[in-house]
Amino acid sequence: LTATAMAPAVAEQLRESFATGRTRPAAWREAQLRGVLRMATEMEAQICGALRADLAKPVTESYVHEISLVKSSCKFALKNLKKWMKPKKVPAGVLTFPSTARIAAEPLGVVLVISAWNYPFLLSMDPVVGAIAAGNAVVLKPSEVAPATSSLLAELLPRFVDSSCIKVVEGGVSETSELLEQKWDKIFYTGNGKVGRIVLSLAAKHLTPVALELGGKCPVVVDSNVDLHVAAKRIAAGKWGCNNGQACVSPDFIITTKSLAPKLLESLEKVLQKFYGHDPLQSPDLSRIVNSNHFKRLRILMGEEKVKDKIVFGGQSDEAQLKIAPTLLMDVPLDSAIMKEEIFGPLLPIITVDKIHESFALINSMTKPLAAYLFTKDSTLKDQFENGISAGATIINDTSIHLTNPHLPFGGVGESGMGAYHGTFSFDAFSHKKAILARFFIGEVKARYPPYTPAKLSIVKGVLKGNLASMIQAILGFPRGGA
Amino acid sequence: MAEAVVRELRASFTAGRTRPVEWRAAQLTALVRMIEEKEADISAALQADLAKPHMESYLHEISLAKASCKFSLKGMKSWTKPEKVPSAITTFPSTAQIVPEPLGVVLIISAWNYPFLLSIDPVIGAIAAGNAVVLKPSEIAPATSSLFAKLLPEYVDNSCIKVVEGGVDETTDLLEQKWDKIFYTGNGTIGRIVMTAAAKHLTPVALELGGKCPVIVDSDVDLHVAVKRIAVGKWGCNNGQACIAPDYIITTKSFAPELVDSLKRVIKRFYGEDPLQSADLSRIVNSKHFNRLTSLVEDKKVADKIVYGGQTDEKQLKIAPTLLLDVPLDTALMTGEIFGPYLPIVTVEKIEDSIDFINSKTKPLAAYLFTKNKKLQDNFVTNVPAGGMLVNDVALHLTNPHLPFGGVGESGMGSYHGKFSFDCFTHKKAVLIRGFGGEATARYPPYTQEKQKILRGLINGSFIALILALLGFPREKR
Repeated sequence: LTATAMAPAVAEQLRESFATGRTRPAAWREAQLRGVLRMATEMEAQICGALRADLAKPVTESYVHEISLVKSSCKFALKNLKKWMKPKKVPAGVLTFPSTARIAAEPLGVVLVISAWNYPFLLSMDPVVGAIAAGNAVVLKPSEVAPATSSLLAELLPRFVDSSCIKVVEGGVSETSELLEQKWDKIFYTGNGKVGRIVLSLAAKHLTPVALELGGKCPVVVDSNVDLHVAAKRIAAGKWGCNNGQACVSPDFIITTKSLAPKLLESLEKVLQKFYGHDPLQSPDLSRIVNSNHFKRLRILMGEEKVKDKIVFGGQSDEAQLKIAPTLLMDVPLDSAIMKEEIFGPLLPIITVDKIHESFALINSMTKPLAAYLFTKDSTLKDQFENGISAGATIINDTSIHLTNPHLPFGGVGESGMGAYHGTFSFDAFSHKKAILARFFIGEVKARYPPYTPAKLSIVKGVLKGNLASMIQAILGFPRGGA
Repeated sequence: MAEAVVRELRASFTAGRTRPVEWRAAQLTALVRMIEEKEADISAALQADLAKPHMESYLHEISLAKASCKFSLKGMKSWTKPEKVPSAITTFPSTAQIVPEPLGVVLIISAWNYPFLLSIDPVIGAIAAGNAVVLKPSEIAPATSSLFAKLLPEYVDNSCIKVVEGGVDETTDLLEQKWDKIFYTGNGTIGRIVMTAAAKHLTPVALELGGKCPVIVDSDVDLHVAVKRIAVGKWGCNNGQACIAPDYIITTKSFAPELVDSLKRVIKRFYGEDPLQSADLSRIVNSKHFNRLTSLVEDKKVADKIVYGGQTDEKQLKIAPTLLLDVPLDTALMTGEIFGPYLPIVTVEKIEDSIDFINSKTKPLAAYLFTKNKKLQDNFVTNVPAGGMLVNDVALHLTNPHLPFGGVGESGMGSYHGKFSFDCFTHKKAVLIRGFGGEATARYPPYTQEKQKILRGLINGSFIALILALLGFPREKR
């Protein structure tokens, strides 16, 4: 197959498979989900190996943040599948009496999942789990920027799932563009806003609904009324303990008061030393930067004229190993590049304000982030933060951890994305909720039919106002005569 | 102009004006008052725009709009409350909830066929969800459009809810701005344009489009009741100019003659011998659509299939209810959405063949089946994708606020009515709250085998692992 014929052929194949009804029965979906679960369990060592090759990701993070989450997703879907697939009865109402009403979930059809490079296993398989549970046929396009994981998925998936309905297509920009030209019943994209816009405008040509899991600058507000040591640990775990800051929900920058800043800085330095030792570039517990493009991008952010002298901790880097150490910066100018774009790396700027409330205006001057974090014991401040800051998600007194709860929708708003998934939300993301109203041949209401007369109008108005006498008249076939 | 409007609304929204439930309830209550006090004016505008019979104006637009307001007023308090959800063992101890928040400043672009309802209904959802709104009514229904422009400022908070009138230029201008959501009702061509414009700003959209709504009629039905319901859903809904009006019928070759006879009788009973004189039929909205419709039956191979009706009056923009039998499938009448009083009947050998026929076309906004056969009903419901479905009636599902109203595939994306309207204009924000207790040392670097073991246990739901984790195992210096 030549490259230009690939995407239409794949889409066509999957359409045929879907049309046979193969993906509809619960038994098929359960078998696929069990296949994915088995793959994540039996191939754990290989998956960790690929993540180490792509990102030097520590085994603990590979297990806790990627493999275990995929397994939990499968188990949650298996447990709830029958419930999700069952039509939901809703009140039928007096206007259509007698009737029954229900909402039934049906698969959208053939869907495209475009994954990202930073959690290349999780962000590929998690949406695929949702697509399968909802009864769709799926194409997965793993990120070429994480090539070891991409080829591992291409090799493994056909061994564990039904490849007539679930396919992996590897490739870069041109393969992705080809795929995006096809007509899909849904596109699920994880990545950045620039490509997100491209995906959305290509989807518009076919009226294809999309889910976009994007990013933004996730702010962390640190109040003085906190347990500082715990806060510092949790911030560090969410930042450098998540792929060395290369995570869509990683803390991007901190805002705190001028008075707390020195103590916070001290706490962070202590925690960083404990986590990664005196020479973090040697620590096996830090992911490397994914490639030299991103390494150079981050070096430029750190090296900007008015920024480089604000580095107060860290700053070391090793180009051969693509490693950058955890780096703290104090009060970089707000118009510097590091404060204007999503950092997605181990640099953590701290911005100081006089009063903690000033942090709100700063956050609201930026686009809505995927997650916003606040550390405080002050419940008023907590309420104000919840009400005053719009974000995909809000977490109080921790970072990143919300994505482990399958009962919480995971997704952005505004520039950080549209749509959500995880748990039931994954099933919903790939389903159409079809309204079904069923009536019988009794219950004829003559007043409904032409020729329209004042008498009929009067009965109809009465029924709509809930007038019992009108309802009785309507059912009894008033007004008499004619139709 | 559009830029100034958006700026003003953003300022109002940022000031927090639309957030309190009291403000939202006040707007909705004012809308109920507007609908009640101005019922005659609304009906008159619909009469001017579409010659819409007063019964339809009342039943299909005014009463539904009022019911929508009341349903939202009743439900709003519980809809705006955060929803508690179970916490995960991995974040123990913590509380988790889903908090609804308004998207911000939204744009609603309405349609011309139900120009009052399709403007007000989405606006109700946007207000209930706490947004600031711009409503762009359809210029093809100018009387209703100017009625909105005049009335809304008299009843609702004009600093947060605005009407912008106009045609293609004004709409294009509006679509260039950055909105937090765009809600569009109309056709697929413009739907694509709306979504493409929205893509530039990563604006989420809801598109309520159309399609060819099929009606399958089985032979085991109470035929008299079936044809009445089909007729009122077709010609009793704006003379077929409704997104959920039956577009075409499918029945068996053997049953078709009886069905056609019954339909003829019911059309006569509803609209008399000369339907062009009936006061109970909407006219065609304008001469562009009149010409579009009449050209669908111009070709001899289509005109020859007319078995009833076909009369037109160009001056009055009226077309009579018209039945056609077995029109060639490659004609414009059979491939595009009709949106008018023509009702083609397609015949098949076996009634089950109708399922494949429907699925050979794009997914419709609604699909209808008349039958008493439970197996056929199940086959239909399971195997025909559609926005919504009715068994043994037509169009009525939109009156039930507990059912989501929207399309799938070419018929649209997103849904509304009832709580779905509220959800349509809401962001469901995940909120996780922890305290400073419950520190699990196992979570932090340096990563060790010991820590990994505890984490594995914790993730697998092991209670012992949880205790170990919370007790700070493995031990280490602070």
